[in-house]
Amino acid sequence: MRESPSPSHSLAPVPRDALLRRLQAVLPERCIISETESQRPFECDALTIYRELPLLVVLPENVEQVQQVLRICHELAVPVVARGAGTGLCAGSMPHPEGLLLGLSKLDKVIEIDPLARTARVQPGVSNLAISAAVAHHGLYYGPDPSSQIACSIGGNVAENSGGVHCLKYGLTVHNILALEVLTVAGERVTVGSTGLDTPGYDLLALMTGSEGLLGIVVEVTVRLLPSPEVAQVIMAGFPTVTAAGDAVGAVIAAGIIPAGLEMMDRLAIQAAEDFAHAGYPREAEALLLCEVDGTREEVASCSENVEALFREMGASSVVVSRDEAHRALLWKGRKSAFPAVGRLAPDYYCMDGTIPRSQVSRVLKEISTLSAQYGLAVANVFHAGDGNLHPLILFDASKPEEVRRAEQFGADILALSVQVGGCITGEHGVGLEKLRQMSHQFGPAELALLEDIKAAFDPGLNLNPGKGIPILKRCQEYRALPARHRHD
Amino acid sequence: MTDRSAEMATAISDAAARRQPLYISAGGSKRQLLGRACELPILDVCGHTGVTEYQPSELVLTARAGTPLAEIEAVLEKECQTLPFEPPLFGGRATLGGTVACNMSGPARPWAGSARDLVLGIKLIDGRGQLLNFGGRVMKNVAGYDVSRLQAGAQGTLGVISEISLKVMPQAEHSLTLVYEMNAVDAIDSMNRRAGQASPLTAACWLDGRLLLRLSGAAAAVEHTATAWGGEKLADGADFWRDLREMRLPVFAGPEPLWRLSMKSTARVVDNACPALIDWCGAQRWLRGNFQLQTLQQTAAAAGGNASLFSGGDRKAEVRPTPDTVSVRLQQRLKQAFDPLGILNPGRLYGWL
Repeated sequence: MRESPSPSHSLAPVPRDALLRRLQAVLPERCIISETESQRPFECDALTIYRELPLLVVLPENVEQVQQVLRICHELAVPVVARGAGTGLCAGSMPHPEGLLLGLSKLDKVIEIDPLARTARVQPGVSNLAISAAVAHHGLYYGPDPSSQIACSIGGNVAENSGGVHCLKYGLTVHNILALEVLTVAGERVTVGSTGLDTPGYDLLALMTGSEGLLGIVVEVTVRLLPSPEVAQVIMAGFPTVTAAGDAVGAVIAAGIIPAGLEMMDRLAIQAAEDFAHAGYPREAEALLLCEVDGTREEVASCSENVEALFREMGASSVVVSRDEAHRALLWKGRKSAFPAVGRLAPDYYCMDGTIPRSQVSRVLKEISTLSAQYGLAVANVFHAGDGNLHPLILFDASKPEEVRRAEQFGADILALSVQVGGCITGEHGVGLEKLRQMSHQFGPAELALLEDIKAAFDPGLNLNPGKGIPILKRCQEYRALPARHRHD
Repeated sequence: MTDRSAEMATAISDAAARRQPLYISAGGSKRQLLGRACELPILDVCGHTGVTEYQPSELVLTARAGTPLAEIEAVLEKECQTLPFEPPLFGGRATLGGTVACNMSGPARPWAGSARDLVLGIKLIDGRGQLLNFGGRVMKNVAGYDVSRLQAGAQGTLGVISEISLKVMPQAEHSLTLVYEMNAVDAIDSMNRRAGQASPLTAACWLDGRLLLRLSGAAAAVEHTATAWGGEKLADGADFWRDLREMRLPVFAGPEPLWRLSMKSTARVVDNACPALIDWCGAQRWLRGNFQLQTLQQTAAAAGGNASLFSGGDRKAEVRPTPDTVSVRLQQRLKQAFDPLGILNPGRLYGWL
């Protein structure tokens, strides 16, 4: 998060002009951004406290161009950082100061839809929501729904193994894709996965998904599509304590109900969301649950009745069931705008992404509250309660360096706590540059060494998104060659 | 309930020191299935058993790799939960480790996911004898590469699985089976059309001129869809799906080679490769007979899929198609990363791996 005074430390940086000349030979002028001011929009992802300018930005328009760019960078040993829509939250697509930023946003075509087989082939720059929009008239949709779905690209979703609010029932990106067309670091094209439900040999599809642009460049994705549910209903309940809400979540699962979505918000988040969205959230509640059930009319009627009864039994102080689609959308609006709503309470917020066992939620929220007092920074908590993914939003002022450091340390403590209670440092946002230091909380040296060997199996020269995702071991020459801010010591 | 992981790790590091390749075995239920013949000294992980953690409200179960699936199912049954991917128990011999290593999944697979899909975390002993820990016991975890799911289908060639955490699910409240007289072509079309509608469909197969559909979920929803879809209700539906899951239907019996085609669910049936059984809503097709791998692979590849020799036939030859050269290189390098001396199940997956 700290500004590094001089980010250039590479042993033998490639002259920018030489690279530019080579790229100009294979790309139209409109695909190359070389002016500093024009590069500014690419200097960070949605975690804006980490910024860097690349040597050059390229925005190729077809797969062949991507392939040629990769071949050139491979030959010149230039680092390549892939970028989709730039909505990531871990500085995963922050540029490398001596590298090329490879923007894939112009590869934005839906290539083929097969409604009967319920699959679609799309280019990586297609937005998550655009896939569902393109297949809606067939009564189908694409399952994973990260909150940035209006903007985030499917290529980025694959890179991060994105989730969303419907993961517990419908799974993550890895469960909803069938095949990838991938370019290796040397620009070779390879198909990973197949149109079948499994493929002989090692599951490279699982390995590529969530690999944060470190193993290859995804240039096409075959996604699985789901039938749109006949109906969906939201049951909203306020609870007098976080513990009671946590117990109610356990009770729903224990009753054999798998909700399509199950979200929890704490008091500060409830109030911020209500002020913003006027959705009728119970301002006096300490915790709020939003439970969505979907499927056929009969399935939804049965589950909805059960959930409502369970919430009352578990001590809900208020229960509201969505009356119609408009009301359901309104109830979700508060949750979906929770981040910007909380964002109005302070100049900046820092969103954490640990995952914890569901049963630990009240303990973890209590400790976060203690830490909040210690650090003197307010925090609002939004929780994908169904799958244990906790998003504490730490409020701070980025113009005060000392406050930035406190926010950073507070965040690190929350991630350490998540690991301590049996969880992990990132549920869906990825490691990127942001959580490199926390990787050693999650993994021991032997595991980290193996992760690095996997990286080297795909990218021996460590030129794809170097210094992100997986800590490069400090004994390596490649580590010493990293720009200062990519180092994690 | 015994933890033999330290002993297993020592056995592997000793074998590595002697460069002695090993064949990893637990229940032995799949020795003649899926892989190539592997005549090597056995590393027996059979006694490494026990459910080490299970919290029904977390929907997560952790067990040692040698634990029989039957034991796990019994533990889940008490809490009205289940292994949603319906792996075969093979008469109680199938273990959790072998099931994940072979990525064995039953009829529910297109809807409930595969063994691979349900894996959350893994403890693994690599080819150096190091006990490593990847993934965890939570539903979402994107820290590091997905080494856990990579083990599914790797058939032990990347490491000896020591412990697995899995997502489990509640049992369905109610199930029933609908039957329709139909040829294979119409059945493929019909099952895929049904799968495109919101419904409690949880299995779809075609066998002996009949399309069979299973509906599971809330009783009212299942009955409502059954009425809407018509067809005849199968009295012993649960038994049929259990027999399909356990691969003990007559179609699986006999000495002739059994081939498996994993392909696009809507792939058309071609005359020289008519399946005897179509499962997974069209995505998994079974054939019996003396085919050539290459011939069947051409058929499967035309529909973007793959053929493999599941059981019988020549198991010293390749039993699955060799991919393109880039994929071969990547897989060999991965093997090298996990098992640099090549002592874990060499040749089991491919002759070149």
